[in-house]
Amino acid sequence: MLLIACPWCGPRDEIEFQHGGPSHLQRPEPFDAVSDEIWGEYLFFRDNPKGVQKERWLHAYGCRRWFNLARSTVTHEVLAAYRMGDPAPAGLLEPPATGGLA
Amino acid sequence: MTRYSAWSVLREGFNGQRGWDLAWRSPEPKARYDVVIIGGGGHGLATAYYLAKNQGLRNVAVLEKGWIGGGNSGRNTTIVRSNYYYPQSAKIYDFSLKLYENLSRALNYNIMLSQRGIVTTTHSRHDLESAARWVGAMNLNGVPAKMLTTAEVKRRVPLLDVSPTARFPVLGGFVQERGGTARHDAVVWGYARAASQLGVDIIQNCEVQGVERSREGRVVAVRTSRGRIESGKTAMAVAGHSSVLAQMAGFRLPVTSYALQAFVSEPLKPVIDTVLLSLATGMYISQSDKGGLVIGGGLDLYPSYAQRGNLPVVRDVIGAVVDQMPSLGRVRFLRQWAGIVDVVQDSSPILGETPIPGLYINCGWGTGGFKAIPAGGWLLAHHIATGTPHPIAEPFALRRFFTGELIDEAAASGIAH
Repeated sequence: MLLIACPWCGPRDEIEFQHGGPSHLQRPEPFDAVSDEIWGEYLFFRDNPKGVQKERWLHAYGCRRWFNLARSTVTHEVLAAYRMGDPAPAGLLEPPATGGLA
Repeated sequence: MTRYSAWSVLREGFNGQRGWDLAWRSPEPKARYDVVIIGGGGHGLATAYYLAKNQGLRNVAVLEKGWIGGGNSGRNTTIVRSNYYYPQSAKIYDFSLKLYENLSRALNYNIMLSQRGIVTTTHSRHDLESAARWVGAMNLNGVPAKMLTTAEVKRRVPLLDVSPTARFPVLGGFVQERGGTARHDAVVWGYARAASQLGVDIIQNCEVQGVERSREGRVVAVRTSRGRIESGKTAMAVAGHSSVLAQMAGFRLPVTSYALQAFVSEPLKPVIDTVLLSLATGMYISQSDKGGLVIGGGLDLYPSYAQRGNLPVVRDVIGAVVDQMPSLGRVRFLRQWAGIVDVVQDSSPILGETPIPGLYINCGWGTGGFKAIPAGGWLLAHHIATGTPHPIAEPFALRRFFTGELIDEAAASGIAH
């Protein structure tokens, strides 16, 4: 069971939340110059990383606001929660540069 | 290699069981193969078998990171069925079911296919209407199915609470009589044995760590935990890890990996002789030959590569079992596990070429790869050997995500996505 820290409400149980796919996807522009390939890529293709993913969550049974989470898809560890529109916190998202647990 | 038969069982019974060969060879990897298949699950092994059997390609290797039957092949709920909605899906899944129907004979391996029927129950007017539409589509597509009344559902599944005051009242349902179960280990072991007999090298404990490409971009070799292996053509059938391998090769996929959980109970005397799936809860249940109730439900709630499930889904699935079949309320579970499945937005598979020359893909079966093993193998083998997609596989090419020709089975594939 995850404990997720909503940026507005604080730590709450995972059953209050809904996962909403990866964050920071940029809609390609201008609309009349977007090819089928670029549009298909934007709509459907995903990094689906085995590791840290930045993703959108909705506090569905709480404040009903969207926010971002940096979460490991391997351990499910939540590394950071930050508001929509904020940049992803630096440093958290890269794997340790030197051998991890050494 | 020993041929399995009633006679060989009898002979070995008198012979102290000393005459059996290993089911498949475990050779050292060669430096080069005509075709290298990454992933020794059902789909990878079936691809190798049909390459050898149908296409005459014998210089083929299957590379498996762990052991045969240790991934999703050993983590599914063993259901086979072809109750899909769209004509393209009906063709591919029914092709698979027909291959299953003759598979024990073809492989000389008893896959214990049991066509006990799959009963889908409806719990609201809307469920009932969509079920009728679904059955109509199946029959139009040449896949027989029929509607059931509440009384007929109750007769087939006496465990179900169908009373009007039930938490999920049953308004009727439908059945595909040819659906059922098969022994999942036997399917992969059977394909592995039959492929090995035809000369395919099955290499276990061999993890692919990198993909080597030529200056023109073509895949020419894979780097593995057991050395570098050159390949004429390369295929990947790695389910939940498709995105990871695609990233190694240098492209992306419309795939998200989720954990899908399953459960098995302590052994009981026979209590259910069909497969039951509830449209309201996504819970499905069948009973294995050992007596265990094999139970599944919907996907976990967020993407994951961890082969274990999260607790809210455990609670939902168990709650559905107990609400719908109250007499099972005190049955204990023996095991719970999860496999990582490759979910695609339109809930249909991806079969055929990738943007990387020389690299073929079989993925995207999501929550239902087991039923499709024979078809996935047969169709990709055809594409690899002939260079053109099999007509049944053609609609499932990766390019559908650019042309918009999606085959949206999200609702009709039978379980929540």
